[in-house]
Amino acid sequence: MKNTAFLNRSELIAVAILAVLILVVLPMSLDGFRLNLVGKYLTYAFVALGLVMCWGFGGILSLGQGIFFGLGGYCMAMFLKLEASSVENTKIQSTPGIPDFMDWNQITSLPWFWEPFKSLPATMLLVVGVPVLLAFILGFAMFTRRVGGTYFAIITQAIAAILTILIIGQQGYTGGINGITDLRTLNGWDIRTDDAKFILYFVSAGLLFACILIAYFVKHSKLGRILVAMRDKEDRVRFSGYNVSNFKIFVFCLAAAFAGIGGAMFTLQVGFMSPSFVGIVPSIEMVIYAAVGGRLSILGAIYGTLLVNWAKTAFSESFPELWLLGLGGLFIAVVLAFPNGLAGIYTSYAEPFIRKLMNKKPDILPGGNIPQGSPAE
Amino acid sequence: MNPPATPGVISDQMAPDFLLAVEGLTVSFDGFKAVNDLSFYVDEREIRVIVGPNGAGKTTVLDLICGKTRATSGSIKFRNRELTKMNEAKIVQAGIGRKFQTPSIYDDLTVFENLEISYPKGRSVFGALAFKRDAAVTERVQEVAEMIFLQDRLHERAEFLSHGQKQWLEIGMLLIQDPDLLMLDEPVAGMSVSERVKTAELLNKIIANRSIIVIEHDMKFVEDIAHRVTVLHQGKVLSEGSMDHVKHDPKVVEVYLGH
Amino acid sequence: MFAEYSLPELGSIFVMQGFAGLILFSVFLLMALGLAIIFGQMGVINMAHGEFMILGAYVTYFTSQFFLNYIPALFSIYFFLAMGLAFLASGALGMFIEWAMIRHLYKRPLDTLLATWGLSLILQQLYRSFFGPREVGVELPEWMMGSIPVTDMVEVQINGLFVMGLTMAITIAVAFLMYKSRWGKQVRAVVQNRVMAGAVGINTEKVDRYTFALGCGIAGVAGSAFTMIGSTGPTSGQLYIVDTFLVVVFGGAASLLGTIASAFTISQAQSTMEFFLSGSMAKVLTLLGVVGILMLRPQGLFTLKVRR
Repeated sequence: MKNTAFLNRSELIAVAILAVLILVVLPMSLDGFRLNLVGKYLTYAFVALGLVMCWGFGGILSLGQGIFFGLGGYCMAMFLKLEASSVENTKIQSTPGIPDFMDWNQITSLPWFWEPFKSLPATMLLVVGVPVLLAFILGFAMFTRRVGGTYFAIITQAIAAILTILIIGQQGYTGGINGITDLRTLNGWDIRTDDAKFILYFVSAGLLFACILIAYFVKHSKLGRILVAMRDKEDRVRFSGYNVSNFKIFVFCLAAAFAGIGGAMFTLQVGFMSPSFVGIVPSIEMVIYAAVGGRLSILGAIYGTLLVNWAKTAFSESFPELWLLGLGGLFIAVVLAFPNGLAGIYTSYAEPFIRKLMNKKPDILPGGNIPQGSPAE
Repeated sequence: MNPPATPGVISDQMAPDFLLAVEGLTVSFDGFKAVNDLSFYVDEREIRVIVGPNGAGKTTVLDLICGKTRATSGSIKFRNRELTKMNEAKIVQAGIGRKFQTPSIYDDLTVFENLEISYPKGRSVFGALAFKRDAAVTERVQEVAEMIFLQDRLHERAEFLSHGQKQWLEIGMLLIQDPDLLMLDEPVAGMSVSERVKTAELLNKIIANRSIIVIEHDMKFVEDIAHRVTVLHQGKVLSEGSMDHVKHDPKVVEVYLGH
Repeated sequence: MFAEYSLPELGSIFVMQGFAGLILFSVFLLMALGLAIIFGQMGVINMAHGEFMILGAYVTYFTSQFFLNYIPALFSIYFFLAMGLAFLASGALGMFIEWAMIRHLYKRPLDTLLATWGLSLILQQLYRSFFGPREVGVELPEWMMGSIPVTDMVEVQINGLFVMGLTMAITIAVAFLMYKSRWGKQVRAVVQNRVMAGAVGINTEKVDRYTFALGCGIAGVAGSAFTMIGSTGPTSGQLYIVDTFLVVVFGGAASLLGTIASAFTISQAQSTMEFFLSGSMAKVLTLLGVVGILMLRPQGLFTLKVRR
C-alpha cells in the first residue's frame, strides 16, 4: 500500500520545495542579520512541529511547550556559560571559575546540577533528555489518570508559570530574570561571529528537516493512525486492546524532545537564554504558530512559524501597538474562521486549482488524514 | 432465520466449564446500586441475549465485564481468570471484545484503516511504530470486510458509511481480533429490516468458535439469535432461560406490562 | 526558623499573615466565582477573564475620578455606584463576546481557550492605548482608610475588611442565584442536557448568553473590589488568571463550595509561607502542591462519583 511508505510523492515534493526555500533561497537573498532572524524563527518551528504531533494528531493541547524549549535552551546555555567562565576569564571574581551571576549572588562553588554541563556530550544528551524526562513524568502522572483536554492545558500552563517563577526567584543558580548571558564559545569555536551564525543557521535547518522526517515517519506508521483514532474515539482504542496513555505519553515526549532541540539551537544562535522564553506567554504564542500553519499539517507548522514571526518583526519595528492587536486577532480568526490554518486554505482552494492545471485526478486520501481540509503536505 | 439445531444449552449438567462466570457482582454509584448481587454464566459457543427495561443495568454489566467500570464487589471469571482486577487493554487481550451502544468507529480513517487498527499486532508504542502492513494483514482485513458486507468500501472514509454499516464495521473491528467472547450493545439499533436479517446471519455464522452476549430491545431479532435470554430488572436477574420460557414467565410479564 | 520569635510574636504573625491571606482569599474567590460559573457550568475556558476584571477596575477608577472632580460631596459613596457600573460594563462586554465568538465554539473547548487568549491580548492593548500603560490607583473614601487595632501587635485594615465583607455578600448572592432561583435551575438544566432543556422550552441560547454575561459581570465587580486594595494596569488581569483557574479546577469545577474551600486553602497556604520564605518560593511551593494534588486527584476536591 502506498500510504505505508515513508513519504508519498506529493509529500516528497512539498518537503523538497521547503528545503530549497530554507537552504537555498533564503540564505542567498537575505543579509546576515535577517538570516540570523530566520534562524531564530526556525528554532521556534521545532516547537510548532511538536505541537502538530501532539495537539493536531494526538488531540493533546499543551500550553507549556515553552517549558521544554526553555529546558533545552538552558541546558545548552549552562554548557556555554561554564566554558565562558574559565578561571582566566573570571579571575576578578571572588570565586574564579564559576559563572559571574553566581559570584554576584555570593555562591562560592558550582551547584551539583551544573556539573554535567562541563561535558559537551553530556550536554547534548541532556538537551533532549531533560525535557523528555519531565514530559514523561507529567504525561505519566496525568494520562494514566485520564486527565486530558482543558485540564491538561491548564495544568501544563501552571507548570510553565511555576518554572518561570522558580528560574527568576533562584537568581544565584539560574541567572534570574536576565537569564544566562554573555555566551562566547562552543568547544573553543566562537559562536558570536557572522560566519558561525551562518553555519549555525544550516545546522538548525538540518536538524529541523531531520525532525520533519521523524514526524512523517510517525504520522505514516500505525502509531500515527492510532493517534488520530484516539483523538476521535479514545474508548474504542482502549477497548481494542491498546494502552492509550502510553501512546499519549510517547507523543508528548516526542514534542518535548523537538522543543528541547529547538531551545538548544536558539541559545546557540541568539547567544543567551532567559526565562522570557519559558513562561505562559511564549508557550501559548508557539501554539498560534502551529494553528496558523494548520494544526494537522507538518509542513504547515514550519510555514506558520515563519510567517507569524516575520509579521511580528515587521509590525513591531514600525507599529508595536498594532502587533498585539494583530496577534490577538490572529488567534480569534484562525480559531473561528480557519481552524485548519494555512494548510486548510491550501487544500481547499489552491490544491484543486493546481490539480486542474496539471489535469490530474485526486489521489485517494492517504491514511491518517483528517476531515475538513486535510493537511497540505 | 433458524436458530442452530443444537443451541449451547447444557445448563444443569455437572462440571460445566463456563466461558464466563459472573458471581455476586455489585456496583454502586453514590449509594445507588445499578447492579446488585448479579450472577449469571455463559457457555462456550452460546449467544446470550440480555434484555430488560431501561435502567435495568444492562450496559453497566458490559461496562463491568470489559473493565470500563470497576465493580464494588463480586467476581467476573473468564476461563477461570479473574477480570475485576485487570485493566481494559489486558481484558481485551484475554479475548473479550465489546461493541458500544452508539457505533464507535474512527470517522477520520478509512474502513481499511479502521479494521487494521483493530488487528491484534503492534499494540505497544514501539510495536506500532515498527508495524508493517504485510500480506497477512491485508488478507485478514479483506476477509473480515467480506463477512461484514463492506468489501467494496474498504477505501472510503468511515464517516460516509450508513448507520447500519457503521454498526457492522464496529462488529468487524472486534472480529478481526478473533475474540472468544463478543459483547454487543444494541447491534441492530438504527438498522433497516434487511440489515437486521443480515446481522442475525452474521452472528449465527461467527458463533462457530466463540460466545456472544447481546443487549437488544428488538424482540424479533432476539428470537432469531438467542440461545438463552437473561432478563435484568433493577440490577438483578429476573428470569433466565429460553426465549419461550422467559416470554411466559409471569414475573417478566409483570415488569414489562404490569404496574 | 521559628526560634527567633517569641510565642506571642509568632501568634501575631500567624494572625497577620492569616489576615493577609484572607484578603488574597477574597481576590481569588471573587475572580474564581465568575470563572466557576463560566467554566464550571458552561465548560468554557475564558482566558480573558482577567481582562474583564480589569475593565471593572478601570470603570471604578473613572467613576472615582468623576466624583472627585464633579460631585466631591458624594465621594464617600461613589464605590457602590462604581461597582454597579463595573458589573454592567463587564457584563455587556461579556454578552457581546458570547454572541460574537463563544457561541460558535461550544463544541471545541480547546479552541475557546485560544480564541479568548487572543481576546485578552486585544483587550490588554486597547487598555494600554486608551488608558495608558501606567498603573492607576483609586483614592479611597475617608471611611475606608486606616485600620482597627485588635491587640497591641495586631491591626486589620478597614479596606481589607470591607473587601472581605463584599466578597461574602457576592458569594451568597451567587449561591442563591445558582441554587435557589428559577434561572439557576435553567442554567443547570442546560448544562446537564442541552437538547432536553431545549425541548422543554428553555431558550438555551439565551441562557448561555446570560450565564456568560453574569460570569463576566462578576469579574467586573471583582475588579471593582480589587481597586480598594491594589492598583490597576493593563496587564494586571493576566497575573491572576492561572491562579484562578487552579482555584476553580482544584475545587472541583462544578462545585461552588469546592471553589470557596480551594480559594481559602490556596490563599492561606501562600500567605503563611510568604512570611518565612521568599514570595516567589511561597508561590512556587503553593502551585506545585496544587498541581501535585491535582495529578493524584484530577477531579478536584469536591466531586461525586457517577457513571460516565
